[in-house]
Amino acid sequence: MALLQISEPGQAPDPHQRRVAVGIDLGTTHSLVAALRHGVAECLPDEKGRVLLPSAVRYLAGGRRQIGFDALDAMAGDAENTVVSVKRFMGRRLADLQGLDKLPYRFVDQPGMVALATRAGPKTPVEVSAEILAALRQRAEDSFDAELFGAVITVPAYFDDAQRQATKDAAQLAGLNVLRLISEPTAAAVAYGLDNASEGLYAVYDLGGGTFDISLLRLTKGVFEVVATGGDAALGGDDIDHALSDWALAACGAMAADAQDKRAALVAARTTKEALSSADAADWSATIGGRERRVPVRRSQLEALARPWVDRTLAAVRKVLRDGQVSRDEVRGVVMVGGSTRMPLVRTSVGELFGREVLTNVDPDQVVAIGAAIQANALAGNARDGELLLLDVIALSLGLETMGGLVERVIERNTTIPVAKAQEFTTFKDGQTAMAIHVVQGERDLVGECRSLARFELRGIPPMVAGAARIRVTFQVDADGLLSVSAREQTSGVEAAVTVKPSYGLADEQIAQMLKDGFTHAEDDMAARSLREARVEAERMVLATRAALAIDGGLLSAEERAAVEALARETERIGAGTDAHAIEAAVAALAEGTEAFAAARMNQGIRQALAGRRVEDI
Amino acid sequence: MKLDDDDFTLFGLPERHALDRAKVDARWRQLQAEVHPDRFAGDGAAAQRIAMQWAVRVNEAYQRLKDPLRRAAYLCERRGAAIQAHDNTAMPAAFLMQQMQWREALEEAADAAAVAGLEAEVVAAERTMLADVARLLDEAGDAPAAAAQVRALMFLNRFRQDIGRRLDTLDPTHIR
Repeated sequence: MALLQISEPGQAPDPHQRRVAVGIDLGTTHSLVAALRHGVAECLPDEKGRVLLPSAVRYLAGGRRQIGFDALDAMAGDAENTVVSVKRFMGRRLADLQGLDKLPYRFVDQPGMVALATRAGPKTPVEVSAEILAALRQRAEDSFDAELFGAVITVPAYFDDAQRQATKDAAQLAGLNVLRLISEPTAAAVAYGLDNASEGLYAVYDLGGGTFDISLLRLTKGVFEVVATGGDAALGGDDIDHALSDWALAACGAMAADAQDKRAALVAARTTKEALSSADAADWSATIGGRERRVPVRRSQLEALARPWVDRTLAAVRKVLRDGQVSRDEVRGVVMVGGSTRMPLVRTSVGELFGREVLTNVDPDQVVAIGAAIQANALAGNARDGELLLLDVIALSLGLETMGGLVERVIERNTTIPVAKAQEFTTFKDGQTAMAIHVVQGERDLVGECRSLARFELRGIPPMVAGAARIRVTFQVDADGLLSVSAREQTSGVEAAVTVKPSYGLADEQIAQMLKDGFTHAEDDMAARSLREARVEAERMVLATRAALAIDGGLLSAEERAAVEALARETERIGAGTDAHAIEAAVAALAEGTEAFAAARMNQGIRQALAGRRVEDI
Repeated sequence: MKLDDDDFTLFGLPERHALDRAKVDARWRQLQAEVHPDRFAGDGAAAQRIAMQWAVRVNEAYQRLKDPLRRAAYLCERRGAAIQAHDNTAMPAAFLMQQMQWREALEEAADAAAVAGLEAEVVAAERTMLADVARLLDEAGDAPAAAAQVRALMFLNRFRQDIGRRLDTLDPTHIR
């Protein structure tokens, strides 16, 4: 239903111009941006031709920053102020994190999300990620010499609500219009699915720097359905680097005394590990405590160190097969994603588990960004009619705390999104007028073992005997996997409802403030920017409305149609002006005025679907 | 087609327990392909909101229709025999005895093989009972009797989850 491609000639400035939409893989070790060029999805290189941007941000004096390779080059000498693998801290509190003693950072415990102390002050993982995203946005805008319409950003399938929210906040902070968050394995399958026109059940094994995901996906005629997901948000190639680093330090009897030593030992371990993917032996060498150290490493030694981590991934794979009630013979292919899958040990172990050769013909570092770019292009309205639809599931169950610190699950994991579900609760004391609601995410039965997402109170319940109040708590998860919760007392007719945003997410005002503080583009004038955004939205709405009228105008009476057309003309007229607030108001009026029309079109679409218009496809 | 149509009408399927799962899946994909918010990514907030409502509704119906037990419960409720799992825990004595025996067997099971054997037994019992539910609903037209069986099946379902957890701890590498 590519509405946006159809518009009346002369109504909009160059309506057939392609919208530039990008896919971004915001990775633990490195990040990439990809887009369609000449019909082919490809990763965009920097001015030196490199597609990988190391996910590293170095804070310098005077508010300056280095991002990517520059930061990485300076890392060994300035570890404390050079943040790498920040994805591991997204949406996390200090208490959630393990193994911090191995890291060269000073952590700041603050409510909501941990921060890292740098010479530029405390920086949250959201802010650090926004720097990386802003750099990729700049790269894309330079490549196309155009403003971006929007971006699809990938997250591990295992990311919980707090982590997804943090990712979206970072994108917003970087000035990106997020078209959709999609899970990394889904993106990888998109890249493979379209290249190979494959149908059936696939496993996506994604071992990156800091996260491990295993997903089962079913591909059917342009529909990608996530059957089950699992994994570990704190397991990846970095762990193997740490193991090798510790081992090499012990082997040469050296002690990594400070942050620089630790960093140097780790960098050397990563280089050695990568070399051992093709060579049988390589040297680990680093300057520790001012002395040059060198340890020869054989591949078999690396594999012995890596074995426990690889085995943990295999256990997660088996669990997902159980969850999805799928036998390994049903899996028609295993897609390998993430730089760590270059290790021969990983490829052979996974291949043995599934009893088949694994798929590696798309670059495992680029496959996620490429898939995201294909989806971004479709969401921007550039793809052909109905080419691609991703149907995702939530990876972790959502529930509420009940009496005795137990969890009552409201939405089970692996439920297809978007989803809404309501559950009724009651008061347990006579005359109780308030109820505390605690929202948690996870698979354990005890509240303490699940992730706490939000707490709020429903107040103003009229006094009643215990058990008489009917409090309906509604959970809604949107297509990005983001949750909102509301509660309402039913019997009295008195309505008391509240909608929460998980406590990890930044409040919209905070984001506005950070933007105002000149976080990404100090030179960017806020007013000009909001005007530009309002105009783009107005133009988009007018185009969409006219396209809809051209196709389904018959659903409206002459008067209704005239009213819609008048609203569209008015929006267009105001959109040509310079008052951002007026434009926003006009867009809102147009949206409201076309709501009934949109509903009628939707109903028609469903009737057509049911009439078996595509029966031959079933 | 309305948001408050029943699940079967929404999916254009006959209102009965025996359903072809492949057909349910195909209808679901077809409906989502029409209503998913991604299909309206450029159409503004109003269209997004309506698409979201529809996509939620279609998913809700799909979750119920694809699961034989939930489908049975839904049919019972539509035919005036509500399940009321929380209030109504009356079970036939024979079934309760069987439950107790199984629970004891799970507690006494020493290894993964014993637990897996028990799991197979319970799965077989579930299958027999579900077939009975389908017969009661589709042929005998006895919704109250079907509802009683559904309640018993809910117990078994929970029991099988306990078995699964036990298997996970005994043998994390076990694949069915």
